[in-house]
This record gives sequence, C-alpha cells and structure tokens, in this order.
Amino acid sequence: MSIRVTNLTKKFNGFTAVDGVSLGVDSGELVAFLGPSGSGKSTILRIIAGLEAADAGEVWLEGERTDHLHARARGVGFVFQHYALFRHMTVAENIGFGLAVQGAARPRRRRRVQELLELMGLQGFGGRYPAQLSGGQRQRVALARALAPEPKVLLLDEPFGAVDAKVREELRHWLRRLHDEVQVTSIFVTHDQEEAFSVADRVMVINRGRLEQAGSPAEILDNPGTEFVARFIGEANVFEARVHDGQARIGALAVAVAGFAEDTPVAIVVRHYDLKFWCEDDGGCATVVRMTRLGDRVKVEAAIDGAGPIFSQFPRRSSLLHGIEPGCRIHIEVTLARTYPRSTGGVSDPARSANS
Amino acid sequence: MSGVRAAVAPGPGGILVRAGVFAYVGLLVALPLAALLATGLAPGLIALWQAVSAPAAADALVLTLTTANVMALINAVTGTATAWVLVRYDFRGRDLLSGLVDLPFAIPTLVTGVMLVLLFGPQSVIGGWLARQGTQVAYATPSILLALLFITVPFVVRAVEPVLMEQDPAEEEAARTLGAGTFTILRRILLPALAPAIISGTIRSYARALGEFGSIVVVSGNIPYKTLTAPIYVFGEIESGRAEVAAAVSAVLLAVALALTLAARVIERLAGVTRG
Amino acid sequence: MGSREPTRHLGPGQWLLVGAVVLYLGAILALPLVAIFAHALEAGVGPLLQTFDDPLARHGLWLSLVLALIALLANGAVGVGGALVLPRHRFLGRRLLDALVDLPLAVSPVMTGLAFLLVFGRGGWLEPALAAGDWKVTFAFPGLVLATLFVTFPFTLREVGYVLEELGTEEEEAAATLGASSWQTFWRVTLPNIRYGLGYGVILTTARALGEFGAVLVLGGAISGRTQTATTFIYNALEERQEPAAYGVALVLALASILLLAALEWLKRQRRKEI
Repeated sequence: MSIRVTNLTKKFNGFTAVDGVSLGVDSGELVAFLGPSGSGKSTILRIIAGLEAADAGEVWLEGERTDHLHARARGVGFVFQHYALFRHMTVAENIGFGLAVQGAARPRRRRRVQELLELMGLQGFGGRYPAQLSGGQRQRVALARALAPEPKVLLLDEPFGAVDAKVREELRHWLRRLHDEVQVTSIFVTHDQEEAFSVADRVMVINRGRLEQAGSPAEILDNPGTEFVARFIGEANVFEARVHDGQARIGALAVAVAGFAEDTPVAIVVRHYDLKFWCEDDGGCATVVRMTRLGDRVKVEAAIDGAGPIFSQFPRRSSLLHGIEPGCRIHIEVTLARTYPRSTGGVSDPARSANS
Repeated sequence: MSGVRAAVAPGPGGILVRAGVFAYVGLLVALPLAALLATGLAPGLIALWQAVSAPAAADALVLTLTTANVMALINAVTGTATAWVLVRYDFRGRDLLSGLVDLPFAIPTLVTGVMLVLLFGPQSVIGGWLARQGTQVAYATPSILLALLFITVPFVVRAVEPVLMEQDPAEEEAARTLGAGTFTILRRILLPALAPAIISGTIRSYARALGEFGSIVVVSGNIPYKTLTAPIYVFGEIESGRAEVAAAVSAVLLAVALALTLAARVIERLAGVTRG
Repeated sequence: MGSREPTRHLGPGQWLLVGAVVLYLGAILALPLVAIFAHALEAGVGPLLQTFDDPLARHGLWLSLVLALIALLANGAVGVGGALVLPRHRFLGRRLLDALVDLPLAVSPVMTGLAFLLVFGRGGWLEPALAAGDWKVTFAFPGLVLATLFVTFPFTLREVGYVLEELGTEEEEAAATLGASSWQTFWRVTLPNIRYGLGYGVILTTARALGEFGAVLVLGGAISGRTQTATTFIYNALEERQEPAAYGVALVLALASILLLAALEWLKRQRRKEI
C-alpha cells in the first residue's frame, strides 16, 4: 500500500506545525521521518493515521483519498512512543484487540496472537500485564498489537524514544528484521540520525514543518540539499562569511566558493571528517586547543586565527595525527565544503526537488 | 509537540453528547442561578443595598463572614498539618485517619447538626458540664464554628496532599547539603510550593462555609442578632414570603461564592495544581 | 522526579505532630460521631426499631433512597459522558462550562431551593409553561429530583474527569487505529480505566443526595408523606420536639454514611494496590 501526501498543512493555535508538505512512500518501503523536536514529523504521521485532521492537503492510501476516513477505517497500524498498551488487558488481549473488535473468531485470534508472540520473541508472556513488562518488552507488544490485524501501513511515532540505549539498538534490529519478513509499508519518526540511517530504506528530513530533503541515507549524507540538512546530519562545522573574489574567508582560513555573486552572505558547512590538519612549525592558520579521545576516534579542536573554533575527527591510528598536540600550530585543508546562501537555509541546488 | 495538545476531533456522536451535556448544565445549573441573580438584582442596586444592610441581614452576614474567617485560619493550619502527617509519615491507623478526613463528605449536614446537639446540648454530659462552667456551646456562637470546622475538614487536606506527594525530595536534600536547617527548608522550599494548594483549599472551604445551612440550623438556635447566619436568614425570608429580599441577599452571597471559586481555580491553574 | 517513602520510625517531635492532628480530628470529627452512637446504644435497639415502624419515617427514608438512585444514574451518565467529551478537548465556551460545573459545590442549598422556586414556582419564569401542561414541580416530587440533581451534579463529572485527564487519550487513539468503534473503545478501553473515578463519583453522589436538606426543604416544602425526605423528616421531628423519631432516622442516615465511607476507603485501597 503506497502512501502519498500532497500539500499538507496543519496549524495549532496559530503555530504552523506542518507547512505544505508533499511526499510519497512506495509500497513495502521502510521510510524514516527524521528531524528535531517540534519539526512537525509526528504531526504528519498522525495525519496520515487519521489521528489528526489536516487544515489543508490530501492523504492518499494506495491511490485512494482517505481524508474523510476516521482512523479506525484506514487500516493503519500505529505504534506510540509511550506504548499506549491497554493497561487492564493482558499481553495476549492487547495483541488480539484489533481482531477482537473486528469480530474475528476466537480460534483465529488465538492463532494469530501466538504467531506474533513468537515473531516478537515473547512466547510465554501472553498472560502478563503491561505493568509487569520492561520498556523493551512493552514496545514489542505494541508492535505485535499493531501488526496483528494485518494493517496495510505501519506507522511508528518515536517508537524507541522511551527505552534506554542498549534496548534501543535491539529494538532497531527487531524492526528491520520484522520489516524484511512482513514487508508492510512503514514510516517511523525519529530524531536520532543513526537510527534513521541504520534502519530505513529512505530518509525524509523534516524541519519546521517543511520537507528539507528525501533520499537514501547515502544521498542525504553525501549530498545534503539544504543548509539545515548539512548542519543536522553528521557532525559539521558551520561558518558564516561573505564571498569575496570566489573565496570565503574564515579568519586565516580561506575556502574556495563557486557559483555565488560577490559579497553574498553564505553559510559554509564542513564535516568533521572532511578536514586535514597537519603540523606546521612556522605559519599555519590555527592552533590546536584540545584533543579528545573517543574510543576509535580522536576529536581535535583548534582555534583559527582571527576566527572561532573548528573541529575535526580522525581515526585513532591515523597518520594524520602524527605530531599534533595541544598548542602546536597547524595548517588546515578543507577537502569538502558545502556552501549555501545565508537565508533560512536556502537550497544550494534548486533543481533538487522534494520528492525523490 | 509537547506544549500543544492535539485534539482528536469528535465524530457526530461526540458533538451530540457535548450538546446534550451543555443543554443539561444549562437547564439544571445555569437557568436557576440566572433566575436567582436576575431576581435579586432586578429591583436595582439601591434595593439590593437596602436588603443587605437591613439590621438583621447585615448582622447575619457579618456573623457568617466572621465565623468563616476563623474557620479558614484554623483550617489552613490544621489541614496542612493533617496532610503532612498523612503523606510524610507512616503509622498504625494512618488509613483510618485518612478515612476519617473523608467523613464530612459522606455524612448529611443535618445529621452533623444532630450529632453536635447530642454532644453539646444541655442534656449531654459535656453540655451540662460546660453550662456549669458558664459557657454555652449548643445554641450559641461556638457551635457555628464547630459545625463549620467539621464540614470543611477535607478541603485543605485533600488539596495539599497531592502537592505534597509530588514534592521532589531532591529539592530538600539539596537545601540540606547547602546547610539549611529544617525550619528554613519548611519556610523557603516547602511552604512556597504548598502555598497555592493551601490557599485554594482554604478559599474553597470558605465558599462552602458561607453557604452552610443544615448543620447550623439545628445546633445554633438561630437567634437573630446572635446566632443567625446569612443562609438561615435567607431561609427565614423565604418562609415569610419575602422572596425578593431573600433573592437579594442570595445574589450577594452567590456573587461572593462565585468570586471565591474563580479565585481558587485561577490559583490552581497558575500553580499547575491538577486537583482542586 | 522521585518521591520519598513515608517515614516509618517517627521521632518525638513527629509523634507530637501526629498526636496533635489526631487530637484535633478526634475532637472535631470523631467525637460527634461517638455521641450519636453512644446515644443510640443508651437508648437501646427499641427506639431504632420503632423508627422503622413509623410510616412517615419509612417513607422519608424511601424517598431519599429513590432520589439518590435517580441522581446516581442521571448524573453518573452525564458525568461520564461529559468527562469524555469536555475536559479533553478545547472548544468555545469550555471555560464557562468548567466554571458552571463547579458552581453547585459553592452555592448554599437554601439558595438552590430559592433559585428553582424562582424558575418553577408561583410567578416563576417557567410557570406559564408548567401551567399549560398542568405539571407540578415545586412542592412535588419533580422539584425534589431537580434539587437533588443540581447538588450532586459535579461529583462524577469531576472524578472521572480527573482520571481521564491524567490518563490521556493515547489508549483510545490506539484502539481507534486498531479498528474499534467509539462504543467498543469506550466499553473495552475507557470504562475499565475510569472505574475507580466512576466509583468515587457514584459514592459521593449517593452520599450527597441522601444528605441533601436545604434545597429539598425550600423547594419541596417537606410535606409529610409526599415531599418529606429523610433529612426534612428529622428537621420536622425536631421542630415538633419528637426527638426519638428524629434521632432514630439520623442514626439510620449516619449508619448509611459510614457504609458509604467504608466503600469509598475500600475503593481507594484497591486503587492503591494497582499502582
């Protein structure tokens, strides 16, 4: 079941949560809505589910308009961040709820509940109550419950937000494996980049109610379409400067910039790993301030002459780290910089559209 | 979207229920009260003033307010202490004590009056003893205070309890590590946190006390200019067929009660207290 | 946000505070209760049984019971329905409705009776309509019903409302996405979740209805055998210096209240166990 949304708009009390968003999800895809808190990603999800009504725009499920349909009639499975398990029902009753309200016969219900308990690794938990389960177990029950009535679409609203890091990783694997087995069109909402990139087929970056970019994880990482995406995804340095003679000067550092008129204010985004530092006894344009060892990486903070700090990352045993220590002078080479006009995160390539 | 409450739009059924509830409340609650206010205010403000300042009426109002004031002061202190003891301590009989606090909500006010008569009336042990000492409780002003104290016990206690339970011990622990003594902690951390609940609970008990009828009419003797409270004065006027006067005084009492309730709600909302 | 465990081992100062509280509540609350039961014990079972022999007393108690039942059912239903559609949504006039709900708790019963008299009584707003249909409200059973409904209105609505507000709408939303109709959602998901709030509301409603006095006195006139509830019976009996009859019925009401209180506390304990 494919999902399409056109020109969706939603305001709450004068605040625009969703601002003319259009996007599409193909049948069987696993898509992530990625964005910071308050970006509107959950609202879009809830509108697709029918839990909110949009002020404008349409929702199409498998080519049919569903705006007029109540949530219960859309055949959508929904998993909530805080599980929303029915606290007075057992795990089995929770999972079987969708089938029970549809009037399915008991034997069929029991079979399906068993199936899902096994699929979720919750055999033997059928008689327990939600209060007796851990966070990870509860979320697996929530997943099972959503899948039991065989929905055509599965929507997950920050499903792993309420559990701790270790459990989160496990649940991510569950979700991926689940999707490979069940193949239902799925959208999940998250603010965690790693989660989005490791689980989803495609990622849609949403900010302030607008769709910033949609694409595969690789595309988004390597070709951020807007300033926001460049800042938000991966760890990056962001500088503001004005174009002068095809270059932008950040203190003592000069970065080549093409395609902008003279004196345009721009934002320059340089990923931590798109930098090279090397020691220079005389000259150099910056001084190393601090080095932090983070397990397999080393983070180096330097202060550019006449400007602010710049951060870089190197693999632990990188030869580039040779001789670098706090206080020494370094040269900086920028291997890849992305430049955007300094407005509200303008699009660097106007030809790139929102739907991919 | 934490600060913005999403509303699941109700279907046609929901709108019908909502309309039904509106109609019910409108007819049952709003209509009679509107009639009361309108009748009371219709003759004009001067007539209102005259009704209220008539000697018996004025005296009744003053008595009502005075007894309520004393009651409120006592309640603020005892209610807070009770809530403290019920929340912070664990002792044998705590549940029984908590149940006792709910008694005034379960027992008819008239029966409360009867109980007070049995306890303090001239025939009773205590009443007889007090009479020999020269004081009188039943059919005198003290009985009014006792009746009010009885019926308003739960208000402050139940208002303060949830706030006390939600109080984060970390705040007090932090204060201790910074060297604060118990009294300072009480004064600067707990009291400010509890103040809104104490105040709104007291206000609500005050509004309740202003209108108390059943217990007082039995035990106070209803002596005009001595133990006649405003609600009983109104009752007297109704019985005598002077409905307009009764309505006028009622309008004033109602306005005060309304203002108090509103004040309590505002305080509760500002302080983020969930139960009121 | 942690919460502390109540202190089990109390120091002397703390015991003092407990003692002071117990003393105060004992004097204000328990002592009057003891008085009525002591008096009843003294008088013996005889007068109590005589109470039930008195047809007027029986009728009064019966009337109070019926009124309580009506209030329980009507305001219970309105309370649940209202709590479902009102507090959880924003709409025009909501603030006004919230204030109106609280009003019956603040209005004096005598004024309540007067207010209804002004609407339904002689010269009242709705008098012409009533006369046309030859309906009697004041000094008749319908008047008693209205007064009782008025004073018991807020309880169930508020109690269920609190619970629903704390629970939020997520479970209902989940049920909707799973295909449940409004009724199925209410019956299977909402109702089990609100049962304690509903229980509290029902008990408080019953207690308040049984105890209503001022409004039924003014609006009903306490006409013996017709509009005389248990409470107005007591009042009239006291006026006529028939203390034994008054105390007898008062004792019955006191016993009923204790039962309701016990039920309330039992519910509270059940609820605590679940948490």
